[in-house]
Amino acid sequence: MVGKYRGNRQAITALVRETEVHRDLYVDQELFELEMEQLFANTWIYVGHDSQVPKVGDYYATTIGKQPVIMVRAAEDSIKVLHNRCPHKGTRLTGESCGNTGRFFRCPYHAWTFRLDGSLAGVPLKSGYEGTSFTESRAARGITAVRHVHNYRGFVFAKQSDVGPGFEEFFGEALSSLDNMIDRSPVGRLEVAGGVLRYMHACNWKMLVENQTDTCHPMIAHQSSAGTAVEVWKAAPAGTKKPMAVEIYGPFVSSYEFFQTMGIRVWDNGHGHTGVSHSIHSDYSAVPGYFEQMVAAYGEERAKAILGENRHNTVYFPNVMLKGPIQLLRVFKPLAADRTLVESWTFRLVGAPDMLLERTVMYNRLVNAPTSIVGHDDLEIYERAQAGLASDGNEWINVQRLYVADEAERRNVVTDGTSEWQMRNQFRAWTKFMTMSL
Amino acid sequence: MTPTDQQLIDFVVREARLLDQQRLEDWLELFTDDGHYWMPVEWGQSDPRLTTSLMYEDKLLLKIRIDRLKGRATYSQSPKSRCHHVLQQPQVDERDEEQRHYVTWTPLHYVESRGDQQTLYAAWATHHLTLVDDALRIRLKRVDLVNCDAALGSIQLFV
Ligand code: FES
Ligand SMILES: [Fe+2]
Repeated sequence: MVGKYRGNRQAITALVRETEVHRDLYVDQELFELEMEQLFANTWIYVGHDSQVPKVGDYYATTIGKQPVIMVRAAEDSIKVLHNRCPHKGTRLTGESCGNTGRFFRCPYHAWTFRLDGSLAGVPLKSGYEGTSFTESRAARGITAVRHVHNYRGFVFAKQSDVGPGFEEFFGEALSSLDNMIDRSPVGRLEVAGGVLRYMHACNWKMLVENQTDTCHPMIAHQSSAGTAVEVWKAAPAGTKKPMAVEIYGPFVSSYEFFQTMGIRVWDNGHGHTGVSHSIHSDYSAVPGYFEQMVAAYGEERAKAILGENRHNTVYFPNVMLKGPIQLLRVFKPLAADRTLVESWTFRLVGAPDMLLERTVMYNRLVNAPTSIVGHDDLEIYERAQAGLASDGNEWINVQRLYVADEAERRNVVTDGTSEWQMRNQFRAWTKFMTMSL
Repeated sequence: MTPTDQQLIDFVVREARLLDQQRLEDWLELFTDDGHYWMPVEWGQSDPRLTTSLMYEDKLLLKIRIDRLKGRATYSQSPKSRCHHVLQQPQVDERDEEQRHYVTWTPLHYVESRGDQQTLYAAWATHHLTLVDDALRIRLKRVDLVNCDAALGSIQLFV
């Protein structure tokens, strides 16, 4: 069947206007398949953190777009990302989501074995392939590796296609948010810790990405959760110490002015962040002993600079959000046009007090769990948006707030915290990476 | 007073009934002031502090949750959710009269519905009970979902 969009650069480009986006970006399954083939191949996709695979043979099974992959520590100093698919008949090689495979992957179907770099090590009853030119077959090449892998200070990204920019070029200035998160450890190192929360969403993955810099929704959509938290807390006897949970919920219902003045920074290739001057994470209580550790490690001036940065949400286009001040990373995994798996990961600042991880873990539970009231607020909105878009009454979504006529030409801009510039930035990047190899 | 096994069992059964009838203020009263509701996210999880959970809530957080469910701006409860518990007979696992510490174990099925959707969960509830002024109270209700680590959709009420 010939679709509307496959191979049709013009039709795809027409979906993103300066201040409007067509609803097919959220509802059209053909466009979704093209996102997987184009957008998720031409960009650098987050795979995992190297602390998940500390020893040789350790693996972590995940996905890039819809494709199963394995991140494996192939040698002390080498991490590979392999397609999780036996070259013989396609069987997925791992059952568990993580573990240690020893020195080889062994397929559970016919026991072909592969070295940790994916190359074929052995085939039982090999004589059956004699005289068949087996060595020239695709299968004899072993497990296909993802071509481009980059480990940035522990964060492993991969790019499938040869088209599209190199790692540094793709992320550019945006790496400063990852740097800040890592520098918050007195020894400059993070470890995945605290468990992962996985939450199924019946909506398009981009709704979540846009929401990360949507600062005009918290005081409305989260009135129910954060607003109630603030109300309930008012009844506490005077002088009671504010609990960590109230410190976390409260700022969600800050004023428009709070969000306007926090600022948004917009980078190339769809990246950007809220919270340039302050954020909902700025006023958490100090954790005893931590600042002293940071001063000892970095000197006072640098320690203050690191901790004074309170970025709110950093979007790593296409499908990651990072919260440096609380060491949290969310991945929006696309499953279908109307289905997304949200994974929320947390990190320990190696060498810092446990209380920081305690707060991080609590934040994750209060905000990102399938049982979280803040999560319920957001998902309700996404699902209503997904349902509403079925209407033919209007096929366009509006992203016009604080639009600036020449903004597409401007680089690394800081703007009003309630601007939808960063959303427009994401859509420009969407068009760019959807069409660059057509 | 020393509660009989039957009294412990009746308490657990009534607790589920309060949830099904959404008498949530009455339900909250069943907890001691330092009581917690815990729903782990990992199989066999032992720590709620440095490992995240689906829920680990003290009375304040439970009250926020209950008040929110009634709020007019609570869009995720428009339409409202309903829930239904089917308990297997609770078993008394531990009793320590001196410490006034009683533990029960209850396999259960839980259904939550909203609009046209209905979802079934299976779980084990472990109640750590104590006596406050001769009345049984919950120190800890731990709910282990059989699929605690699966990618779940929203659970908005209390299992
Ligand atoms: S499918 Fe893997 S060895 Fe045959
Ligand atoms: Fe939100």
